[in-house]
Amino acid sequence: MTQAQKVLEIQHLKKQYGNDAVLKDISLDIHQGEVVVIVGPSGCGKSTLLRCINGLEPIQAGDILLDGKVITDGKTQWSQIRQKIGMVFQNYDLFPHMTVIDNVLLGPTKVQGRTKQEAAADAKKLLERVGLLDKTNSYPRQLSGGQKQRAAIVRALMMEPEMMLFDEITAALDPEMVREVLDVVLELAKGGMTMIIVTHEMQFARAIADRIVFIDSGEIVETGNPEEFFTQPKTERARKFLNIFNY
Amino acid sequence: MQDLGIRVLFEGSNFLRLLGGLWITVKIALISVSISFVLGIFLGIVMTLKNPVTKAITRIYLEFVRIMPQLVLLFLVYFGLTRAFQINLSGQLSAVIVFVVWGTAEMGDLVRSALISISKHQYESGTALGLTNLQVYRYIIIPQTVRRLLPLSINLMTRMVKTTSLIVLIGVVEVLKVGQQIIEANRYTAPSGALWIYGTIFLLYFIVCFPISRLAGRLEKRWMN
Amino acid sequence: MDFDFIAEYTPMYVTAAALTLRIAFWGIVFSLVTGLVCSLIQYYKIPALKRLISGYIELSRNTPLLVQLFFLYFGLPKLGIMISSEGCAILGLSFLGGSYMAEAFRSGLESVEKSQVEAGLSIGLQHKQIIRYIVLPQAISVSVPAFCANIIFLIKETSVFSVVALADLMYVAKDLIGLYYKTDEALLMLVISYFVILLPISIIASLLERRLRYAGFGH
Repeated sequence: MTQAQKVLEIQHLKKQYGNDAVLKDISLDIHQGEVVVIVGPSGCGKSTLLRCINGLEPIQAGDILLDGKVITDGKTQWSQIRQKIGMVFQNYDLFPHMTVIDNVLLGPTKVQGRTKQEAAADAKKLLERVGLLDKTNSYPRQLSGGQKQRAAIVRALMMEPEMMLFDEITAALDPEMVREVLDVVLELAKGGMTMIIVTHEMQFARAIADRIVFIDSGEIVETGNPEEFFTQPKTERARKFLNIFNY
Repeated sequence: MQDLGIRVLFEGSNFLRLLGGLWITVKIALISVSISFVLGIFLGIVMTLKNPVTKAITRIYLEFVRIMPQLVLLFLVYFGLTRAFQINLSGQLSAVIVFVVWGTAEMGDLVRSALISISKHQYESGTALGLTNLQVYRYIIIPQTVRRLLPLSINLMTRMVKTTSLIVLIGVVEVLKVGQQIIEANRYTAPSGALWIYGTIFLLYFIVCFPISRLAGRLEKRWMN
Repeated sequence: MDFDFIAEYTPMYVTAAALTLRIAFWGIVFSLVTGLVCSLIQYYKIPALKRLISGYIELSRNTPLLVQLFFLYFGLPKLGIMISSEGCAILGLSFLGGSYMAEAFRSGLESVEKSQVEAGLSIGLQHKQIIRYIVLPQAISVSVPAFCANIIFLIKETSVFSVVALADLMYVAKDLIGLYYKTDEALLMLVISYFVILLPISIIASLLERRLRYAGFGH
């Protein structure tokens, strides 16, 4: 793991809403093929961190580097960066007026200028991998939450990103659908995808993570490998947080 | 030339006459709105009944009144009723009749949709608290209905005031007609009078309608969320 | 009821209805364009223009078309601005309709959730592409019922065009009443004319609305 190349470097990132500091001095490196799971109490800033990485939130200080190049200097073509960093949201946010196939083809055809036919072949493969081939021509409203989320993952994967950001992607799902979505993510991890995952599913975090990052009140309080973090957290704050999950 | 035009506006009692004409319009709108509100509430309640006969009748009434331009309705009453029953309706009375018929339909529909938009749970949770039926209505249903209804019905009022401008076309002497008379009387001394008079009437309508629709907008923002 | 009279004068009504429809058509087209532009300006909060647009919308929504027409047709020529009857009618209808269409578009635009834009950004789409492929299609289909209501409203509003000396349906009806005292016949034909024009549109509108409601996007 140590020899692996750094894909993403976050250096002293600060993010404020007005006078509210949401992220205070966050520094974090993500290596090629690494799966980092960010956990922490609601409102600790973990989702905001993902949004900053994808340029959806302006930041007040610090730098984010992708493949060694600063992307937060204001000169960045975010459109280019976002093709390299895929993102999946809590509420799926599929485009409701398009079928599944049109949803996943919009990026490749309009952003990358690929032909529909050629991209469709890739799309079919990915849809098959996540078990949605029979839903190719369905509209989002005809899908279950789990199916929508899998389609949203395919939509992001279609851009052939270098890394993926998952923002609480199971939080809006009924419990019986959580599994099918997490299986897809697990599959991706096995395939070597670099990922940052924000989640409340502690079992899942433990199973998939190479590294756990615990954020509280906008700061990284503790990082470590999952076994250590879940069995012997080093900090009092992490202990308290983990206790919430054990009745 | 134009300074002469603007003088027309303030010469003698011209401006007061215009305001008098505007008052005719506003008065007819106010009378019609008041009657429509009362009748509309009844109509709205009737429309929520599950009786197929009342449903069909109220539906046809609503659709007919809504599909016809108000000016056509005015013609029907002003020219048509006069002939059919050999009675001479004044323009003002015809206007009130038409606006009541139209306003009641619109108001009825507003009341109906406000009533059906209150979920059954509201009745049930009221009853579950041990409130009597009357109390459920008094404290839960009616306040919610009013909140939904008031902004929309105030909006209906601006529509009514604007639509009342049509009565000049069935010979009622209101603000436009008074304006025409003033322009005619000053045709030679103030040829540009039309610009000022009609411009003023335009603003007068705005001054009447704008605060009302503002109020409706405010209430809507405050209550509808 | 004098049916010979009705038969004789039906062509007059047809001509008048055609005139009404032609003006209504252009008025609606310009209203839609005006409305789209205004609503986008408001949606994107373009600084100075935004205020101008809200001023226009308030002015247009709080004054009657009839008074707008009087000003255009009788008032403006005193400033040396002469506009033909048809021009006034189309201009007046567009001035009125533009604000109504703008409101319809705007509520459609506002109904598209912000996260849709973010989802578009996250796959690398440009802002222009997001408007075109994601926001507008959703906004327009949400606005369709309001468009239909506005179209019906605008066609009804055309009934005042006789004041700018256009021989529309009301003009013809009034003429026949005045000239021949054929009140019943004239009024009957008037009512039928508006029915023939408006009923199909109203039926199509409610069908569209129902279809949209059942096919509601949902999430």
